[in-house]
Amino acid sequence: MTVWDVLLWGVLPYVMIAVLVLGTVWRYRYDKFGWTTRSSQLYESRLLRIGSPVFHFGLLVVVIGHVIGLVIPQSWTDAVGLSETAYHVQAVVLGGIAGVCTLTGITILIYRRRTTGPVFSATTRNDKAMYVVLVAALVAGLATTLLGAIGGVEHNYRESVSPWFRSLFVLQPDIASMARASVEFKIHTLIGMVLFTIWPFTRLVHAFTAPLHYLFRPYIVYRSRDAGPASRPARRGWESIERR
Amino acid sequence: MRVMAQLGMVMNLDKCIGCHTCSVTCKQAWTNRSGIEYAWFNNVETRPGQGYPRRFADQERWRGGWVRNRRGRLQLKAGGRFRKLLTIFANPVLPNIRDYYEPWTYDYETLTEAPLGDDFPVAQPRSLLSGEPMSVEWGANWDDDLGGAPEHGPRDPIVEKIRAESEEKVRFEYERAFMFYLPRICEHCLNPACVASCPSGAMYKRTEDGIVLVDQDRCRGWRMCVTGCPYKKVYFNHRTGKAEKCTFCYPRVEVGLPTVCSETCVGRLRYLGLVLYDADRVTAAASAPDERDLYEAQLDLLLDPADPEVIAAARREGIAEDWLEHARRSPVYQLAKVFRVALPLHPEFRTMPMVWYVPPLSPVVDRLVETGHDGESAASLFGAIEALRIPVEYLAELFTAGDPAPVTAVLRKLAAMRSFMRDVTLGREPDEAIPASVGMDTERIVAMYRLLALAKYDERYVVPTAYEGEAQQLEEIGCSLDVDGGPGMGGPFGEASGRPVPVSVETFHALRTRQTSDAVADIGDRVNLLNWDGKGRPPGLFPPRRTEERR
Ligand code: SF4
Ligand code: SF4
Repeated sequence: MTVWDVLLWGVLPYVMIAVLVLGTVWRYRYDKFGWTTRSSQLYESRLLRIGSPVFHFGLLVVVIGHVIGLVIPQSWTDAVGLSETAYHVQAVVLGGIAGVCTLTGITILIYRRRTTGPVFSATTRNDKAMYVVLVAALVAGLATTLLGAIGGVEHNYRESVSPWFRSLFVLQPDIASMARASVEFKIHTLIGMVLFTIWPFTRLVHAFTAPLHYLFRPYIVYRSRDAGPASRPARRGWESIERR
Repeated sequence: MRVMAQLGMVMNLDKCIGCHTCSVTCKQAWTNRSGIEYAWFNNVETRPGQGYPRRFADQERWRGGWVRNRRGRLQLKAGGRFRKLLTIFANPVLPNIRDYYEPWTYDYETLTEAPLGDDFPVAQPRSLLSGEPMSVEWGANWDDDLGGAPEHGPRDPIVEKIRAESEEKVRFEYERAFMFYLPRICEHCLNPACVASCPSGAMYKRTEDGIVLVDQDRCRGWRMCVTGCPYKKVYFNHRTGKAEKCTFCYPRVEVGLPTVCSETCVGRLRYLGLVLYDADRVTAAASAPDERDLYEAQLDLLLDPADPEVIAAARREGIAEDWLEHARRSPVYQLAKVFRVALPLHPEFRTMPMVWYVPPLSPVVDRLVETGHDGESAASLFGAIEALRIPVEYLAELFTAGDPAPVTAVLRKLAAMRSFMRDVTLGREPDEAIPASVGMDTERIVAMYRLLALAKYDERYVVPTAYEGEAQQLEEIGCSLDVDGGPGMGGPFGEASGRPVPVSVETFHALRTRQTSDAVADIGDRVNLLNWDGKGRPPGLFPPRRTEERR
């Protein structure tokens, strides 16, 4: 266990969590007005209608896959009689398909972003940086899945990454486990941490307000008038007209 | 009975001259910002015509509003909650910017910067979306005054429908055409489909006055409201990524001022007022099995503000006395329910719209006059209303889901008023039979005439203020626009982030004082030129002199 291992797998995760949590809370309080998908569908929808669902649904499966792989200990799946090989086959197949979808989706979306004039000019530097990290995380993730499958020597992350991941939450990071992981897993994990660190400061925040409560609320929302503008702190609003 | 108050509007279409003042002043007041260039909270359409955005009323295409499903229950036409969430990543029925129009500006700089040469420099149109040169091919009023009607007119969904259903056709040849203007704002519906479509719950109907608003802090840009609204009156701000819509000028009406569009209407054709309605019965009324019953069902929801039972119930709901008093004087209630001359726009969308229209008699009168008849005699007017099937059918498609009877009844009342009042004005013996033939008496027809023709500012705009206690708080707290270089958009987290710039740009109390006083009112030290009335030289019109500053 080197100093690097301690820094990367013992310190960095907590830094990331702190930035993610505090950053999100801060952004929510400071910048409710900027908290949006900033959809560009108004400009172009032909490509978006293929790219966006493929990307998002692929990503949802990927997220579920990560939760299962990281949270459920191997002993549990063993206990229900799912062999390690069987588990890996299904993970590689499902994860592979979902990963390929996600990557295809984002490729379409980036192509669209670059080639549709209005969409491109609505792309900020912040967006571009976010895309780099997001794509890197996706490519690295898909690589770990597929390389393992093709190369034959499957690295069992459920004996290295997963125990480390769970140990983080009981505040006793199992650095040694993570240090044992293969290099592609380490890279993927690192990029993932970078992604979550920048998350609160990008448009990705829209994921945190996925409107699931829509399923349960009455259709028509009534709200009482605010007590008046004076009772409400001045907040971010529309830009002034002087801008253009 | 759960009584709720609703602010509504009536527009008298006969008086609309299609000058677009309302659209322009509304734009200056509320949507003069980038990202929302294409949004016209108020727009004026020429009918027959496609409307704005193009063919917005074709719900087979845009799937806005509600439908009654097989079990007799109301359902959003674009699909229920699950469907909404499943299509959230790419809304399948969102209009493209080109269904509105691509906003543009002109490259004025070349006019002054172009090198000396033989050709005159021209200012090329440039897209406000991409900055590229573009050719202007459509706009918010492309078919204004039936411009290009032979080409664009037949694409009007109502024209298509009438073509399919009746042997007679809507004509666009110059001599055979009829036309009128239709100003449209958000309907502030009793059963708003936009609110129901919003997955975040950011859109809401205000309990006090029924105004439908978007909470800019809660909107996440899922764009379902744009689809939900059958009138296409929610606009997506493509820079901030948030929905915006007509606010019924709530900062103005809260202090008793009429909306900007009403205030600036040169034809004085708009009326503002309260109606009381029974909120418990809205869904049932909107689910009427036959589309053609929706107009009656909607009228049925409006409660008589003079009925002691209604008053008692309203008091139980905490509606203030002066609001009830305003409701009793409401011109909207008068025109819609008492005189029954104001009709809702497209009731078949089942949203229970609260902007009402007095349909225009002008297509009938114009035709009479053109053919050499007397356009003001009751007999020929009544005859023409019966004979001119096409304008009446068109109006019926617009206002009563295709049922010509209520439209004919309104037109007959207007015709009766017209010819009855001619006799009065000319000092002839008024003919009592004319009001009687439309089920009215002299007194009522004169009252209706007063309201439609003479009503003054305070009779047309009967707007209650926010409660007295609250009124104090409505005064603006200092204006943060005074700070130079307020950052606006383009902060560190994408284009829509940064520090606050307040929504309101005027101290409304001051504005009101100025409007109601003859002298130059003291309005503090800033002047909004848009609201300057040209009287004198108010302090603050010019920036302070250097010497004054030093003091
Ligand atoms: S007209 Fe206004 S209240 Fe009605 S659905 Fe459209 S936006 Fe909503
Ligand atoms: S009520 Fe106000 S916001 Fe709405 S259309 Fe009229 S001027 Fe515009």
